[in-house]
Amino acid sequence: MLLNQFLILSAVLFSIGVYGVLARRNGVLVLMSIELILNAVNINLVAFGAFRASVGGEVFALFIIAVAAAEVGVGLAMVLLLYRNRRSIDLTLIDQLRG
Amino acid sequence: MENLLDGWGITLATFSPLVGAAIMMLIPREREDQHKLIALVTSLWVAFVGLLLLIQFDLDHTDRLQFGVDKVWIDVISSRFSVGIDGMSLPLILLTMLIVPLCIIYSWNHFPDPVNPKAFLILILILETGMIGTFVAQDLVLFFVFFEVVLLPMFFMIAVWGGEDRRYASLKFFLYTLFGSALMLVSFLALFFLTGAETFSIAGLSDAVAAGGVSRSAQLWIFGGMFLGFGIKVPMFPFHTWLPDAHTQAPTVGSVILAAVLLKLGTYGFIRIAIPILPDAAVTWAPWIGLLAVVGIIYGALGCLAQTDVKRLIAFSSVAHMGFVMLGIATLTDFGINAAIMGMVAHGLITGMLFFLAGSMKERYHTLEISRLGGLLVQAPRMGWIFGFCVMASLGLPGLAGFWGEFPAILSAYNPANGVPIETFRTYMVVAALGTVLAAGYLLWLLQRTAFGNPPEEFADDPAITDTTKHEWISWAPILALIVAIGIYPNLIFRVSDGAVDASLSECLTVDAHQLTDEEIEALGCSDVYLLGHDDDGHDDHGDGHGDDHGDDHDEDADEHAAAGN
Amino acid sequence: MNTLFTLAAAATGDGLALGITEGGSWLLRNVWLIPLLPALSFIGILFFGKKMPRGGSELGIAAVGIAFVLALLTGVAWIDHRDNFHGDEVHVAVIQMDDHGAAHGDDHGAGHEPGHPSLAVHRTATWFQTNGVEFTVGTLVDGLAVMMLLVVTLVSLLVHVYSTDYVHGDRRYTHFFAFLSLFSASMLLLVVSENTLQLLCAWELVGVCSFALIGHWWEEKPNSDAALKAFLTNRVGDMGLLVGVTVLFFAAGSALPDRFGSFSIAETNALANSGALSHTTLVVAASCLMAAVMSKSGQFFLHTWLPDAMAGPTPVSALIHAATMVVAGVFMIARMYGVFFEGFQIGGSSINLMAFIGGLTTIVGALLAFVQRDIKKVLAYSTISQLGYMVLALGVGAWTAAVFHLFTHAFFKACLFLGSGSVSHAVHSFDMKSDMGGLRRHMPHTYRTFMIGTVALAGLPPLAGFWSKDEILVGTGGWGLMGGTGGNGAYTLMLGMGMLTAALTAAYMTRCVYLTFFGEFRGHGEPHESGPRITGPLWILAGLAIVAGFFNMPKGFQLAPGSLQERFGHFVEPVAGYFPAISHATPSWSLAIVSTLVVISGITASGWYYFVKVEAASKAAGTSLTELPDGPTTKYPLARMGHTLLSNKYYLDHFYNGVVADGTKGPLARMANRINQDVIDRTVDVVGETAVKAGTVVYEKIDQLVVDGAVNASGRGSSGAGEELRKINSGKVQSYAAILFAAATVLAGILIVLV
Repeated sequence: MLLNQFLILSAVLFSIGVYGVLARRNGVLVLMSIELILNAVNINLVAFGAFRASVGGEVFALFIIAVAAAEVGVGLAMVLLLYRNRRSIDLTLIDQLRG
Repeated sequence: MENLLDGWGITLATFSPLVGAAIMMLIPREREDQHKLIALVTSLWVAFVGLLLLIQFDLDHTDRLQFGVDKVWIDVISSRFSVGIDGMSLPLILLTMLIVPLCIIYSWNHFPDPVNPKAFLILILILETGMIGTFVAQDLVLFFVFFEVVLLPMFFMIAVWGGEDRRYASLKFFLYTLFGSALMLVSFLALFFLTGAETFSIAGLSDAVAAGGVSRSAQLWIFGGMFLGFGIKVPMFPFHTWLPDAHTQAPTVGSVILAAVLLKLGTYGFIRIAIPILPDAAVTWAPWIGLLAVVGIIYGALGCLAQTDVKRLIAFSSVAHMGFVMLGIATLTDFGINAAIMGMVAHGLITGMLFFLAGSMKERYHTLEISRLGGLLVQAPRMGWIFGFCVMASLGLPGLAGFWGEFPAILSAYNPANGVPIETFRTYMVVAALGTVLAAGYLLWLLQRTAFGNPPEEFADDPAITDTTKHEWISWAPILALIVAIGIYPNLIFRVSDGAVDASLSECLTVDAHQLTDEEIEALGCSDVYLLGHDDDGHDDHGDGHGDDHGDDHDEDADEHAAAGN
Repeated sequence: MNTLFTLAAAATGDGLALGITEGGSWLLRNVWLIPLLPALSFIGILFFGKKMPRGGSELGIAAVGIAFVLALLTGVAWIDHRDNFHGDEVHVAVIQMDDHGAAHGDDHGAGHEPGHPSLAVHRTATWFQTNGVEFTVGTLVDGLAVMMLLVVTLVSLLVHVYSTDYVHGDRRYTHFFAFLSLFSASMLLLVVSENTLQLLCAWELVGVCSFALIGHWWEEKPNSDAALKAFLTNRVGDMGLLVGVTVLFFAAGSALPDRFGSFSIAETNALANSGALSHTTLVVAASCLMAAVMSKSGQFFLHTWLPDAMAGPTPVSALIHAATMVVAGVFMIARMYGVFFEGFQIGGSSINLMAFIGGLTTIVGALLAFVQRDIKKVLAYSTISQLGYMVLALGVGAWTAAVFHLFTHAFFKACLFLGSGSVSHAVHSFDMKSDMGGLRRHMPHTYRTFMIGTVALAGLPPLAGFWSKDEILVGTGGWGLMGGTGGNGAYTLMLGMGMLTAALTAAYMTRCVYLTFFGEFRGHGEPHESGPRITGPLWILAGLAIVAGFFNMPKGFQLAPGSLQERFGHFVEPVAGYFPAISHATPSWSLAIVSTLVVISGITASGWYYFVKVEAASKAAGTSLTELPDGPTTKYPLARMGHTLLSNKYYLDHFYNGVVADGTKGPLARMANRINQDVIDRTVDVVGETAVKAGTVVYEKIDQLVVDGAVNASGRGSSGAGEELRKINSGKVQSYAAILFAAATVLAGILIVLV
């Protein structure tokens, strides 16, 4: 079992996630893409942990899962509020922070 | 209580107004009633502390600094937080503490435009801290800081709440005073470095100069710097031109504080700092100070006669009155400086009162153009009588406070201190006496034109012209009562100031040379500016041969006596 | 010079005797109560007068009434004290020469030898203290003070009563009485003054009351003008008082050991008498004080305020401008007589400044009285003339005669003034020529009392004026025929001036009486006699005008009982210490007869003109004339010129108003103002403007171009950069994220490359 297989998987997942974050206009999909990125990281961590025979990787992964759950909760709530106020979750329409 | 006052009394009195101002800053501007209340309570509290200080004050030792505090302040430049009250500052401190609450009461319901009581009252409270601080400071840096603290609130008061020409007037006031302050600061620094005493304390510098640390010419220059700094504030002719403008443009309360207290900072500086530290230079400068003083008396009076505006006239009369104060100071005698302190208090009360009246007249008539006024006694009889009363007080009627500032000053000019030219000062005395005639002239003429006669047509049926209101009564009554009380029993002031003045003057100035032997005179170690020698030409040669010329000495002694009597 | 400091008086070893004592009866030691009463009533009227049923007048009358009773009791006490008091006299040490030239002696060492009678009662309290010197306030009670207390309280009381009718219903009734009270208090304070400072204060206070009362009806400008003129003229004289008092203060201080100065009247006078003060000092001091006398007591050439002061209510004129305040100057000379006597060297001379001014004033005033239409102005000029008499008397050393004349004059002149007030009350005018005439039938009481006052003033025996005037003439020492010698010098010129005035006085009073009471009534309406509150005081004063002269009959006057001879002088004239050693002239029958003849000739001349010629012309013309249609002024150019000169009051008022006052108010004040605006203020402005210009240059050229240029450039740079960067900041989350990732990528790339 080689480390690089996991790394390639992780990289692909990360890239898909980045693409999703940057390209999708739907807020929910952007959130899901963020989940992809985080899980890509998780894979990396677990892989490195196993490879180096230490539990540190798994511990971090568990942390990230917990945080990701919270993040999704907050993120979904924000999207919900956004929808309530604007009847749309298209992120390109939200540009009030423009300089 | 006694111990508490001893350590904290002065600090409390000085900084309480700042605390009040800080609290007011936290309250929104719209709550005007709260602001007024806080300001009034603060100023009354300060007055109360002042009263406690007065009660605790040891009147038998007015020459001693009482309630003194001496703490490390700015160690780098050896400046200390050194404060104390003696008989010279006590009357002026109490005057300040009295005037401020009265000003707040007076402006209760009529703040000048733009109203904003919050800012106005905060400025007054900051002013109070500055004024009290200046009078209690015993350290030159501390004195300077307080002296300057006064400047800004006054500037804003004129610039924001002033009349039409307020920009010009406030800037003139500010620049003039700042110019004087700069020279004053240079003098202070010169003293600090030249004496090498490594202290800014007044007593310390005085000792250091007396010990001979500073050359004569340097002393003269330093005194000159202080003279300009204090003289501008007094104001002395010819540095007075900021005064009429500032007074005319300032809001009523500003004029009152300016006349009642601020002008005294200058004269106080002379008697607290300039003369005690540099008595030798003071002797050399005295004839010139005296000259400017009497020129100011006559000149101010003539200026008054030409004025067409009530406020401006009163402002010019300040120049004349402060001339009497400066004449008293210039004699360098105990008597003259006591007269000056009395003159300061009297002028503060009387001219302050006149400005109050001018403000009230302006409020009713909306003009102070003398030619348009008249018949005040008909339309507002009580106010008219108060005006007449103040005019009488101002022209130096015996039985009222003004007299005791004027007459003793004239009296003292007859016999100035050792080394000050007698003939010159006797001439000044006569000129100053002429000034009393002119004072009666311009003041009574003012009274006649504004109060007597029938009201002019444009105001004849004006319902706005009412008699004295309740607020006016409350704020004026204490001043009027004090004018009478001091006038009938001048000891109220003299008793307090006398000891301190005596202690502040160098022995060389006050000693009666005719009553001493040559040896005793020599033991005093006075420099030759005092002309203490028994011989006329002032040479310091009584070291040799007194046995032989004893008889001659007596003859000359007698001559001088006769001259003093002539 | 040494002689200055060796004192004859000090040779006794007890120091200089002051002629005063700290003892005496309770009444004499507590005369301060007398001024206090009206002072309290002033305060009472001021605060509560309006609420009282009679507007405060009852309070004033009560206070002055009690003061009068007290003054009477004090008088009785003094009469006892004068001859029977045996207490300690106060002595004072004086600087003497010893072997060292330093000051010696103790302060106020009271001698223990039994004192002699006639010591003045002295009492002081500390007023204030400065320079370690105690300034006192107190009372000095001697015959002079007691006499003045009596005169002031009596006249004041009568004037108070009179005024309740005269100013009844006035717009400022209460104020009027308040100021009357204040005036009485100040005047009483003045006469009991123990020192010159106190005297000075009271002196100014009476001046201010006079100001307020002259300007009582201040709605009319002439009245307030007159008040201002009075006050300012007096201020001119007060300048002299300020300086004179100062000079004496230090002169006394230099002669007394361990003393800074002294205001004490007794000490100053005693020092002057003893020769301890140099003559130069005394001349300067006396001349300065004389200026104050000239303004206060209306001496030529500072007299011009007094006639104008008649703008005030008539009771005020009677009290202040006839009986009391205007004699304050005379009183001051009498009080400080040591200083004046030595300063002007009155003894053994034949002319001096004081006597000359007095003599001139008396003639000048009398002449002016001839051309007045206003009855009060006649009396005002007459007052000036009579005050001149008193000053003349003091100038020739006839102290008692002067003070006696002050005493009698107070009564008959107050009587005349109040009489003129009564007349004006009836005819509502003071103009004798157009509104009076023939009033003797309408106003019998006023007429009789006025006649008594006139005869007393003219100086016909045996009325009061005769005795006092005669003593003055004798006192000049210039007669020398059958007595009349032994005065302080031979003042023949003064005798002549006095004689001339006697004739003039008789003549102008005859004119005045004719124009007012004789002929036919020329005014409007029906005049009627005034009420009892007016005629009562008139009769009392008229009575006094008759009898007052008997208090001081000349010595050796066989028609009078011995007990009346020189009683006034005995009780009033101080004996020693603070009073100089003056000599007294012996009375002269011949002078009395001659002066009476002079008076009669004056009356005859004037009476012939008015009662015969004018009366006849009136009958011929059918109306009541006041002058002959072809009188001397129309016939003789010289007389016309004289008349013009007099009508214009010697052009003094033109000079004072036109030159002095307008010159000060106008050109001089304008000049000072212009200097202020154009020179001093201009300098300041120019300095300011130059500074602004220099600042502009610095600002525009250096600040703006160089310094600010750099600052601006950097500012512009950052601003432009910001403008560019702003475009990146689209507000879209995803573009931010893109940048974030791009940056992360770049950083990661750098990391890889570097590591």
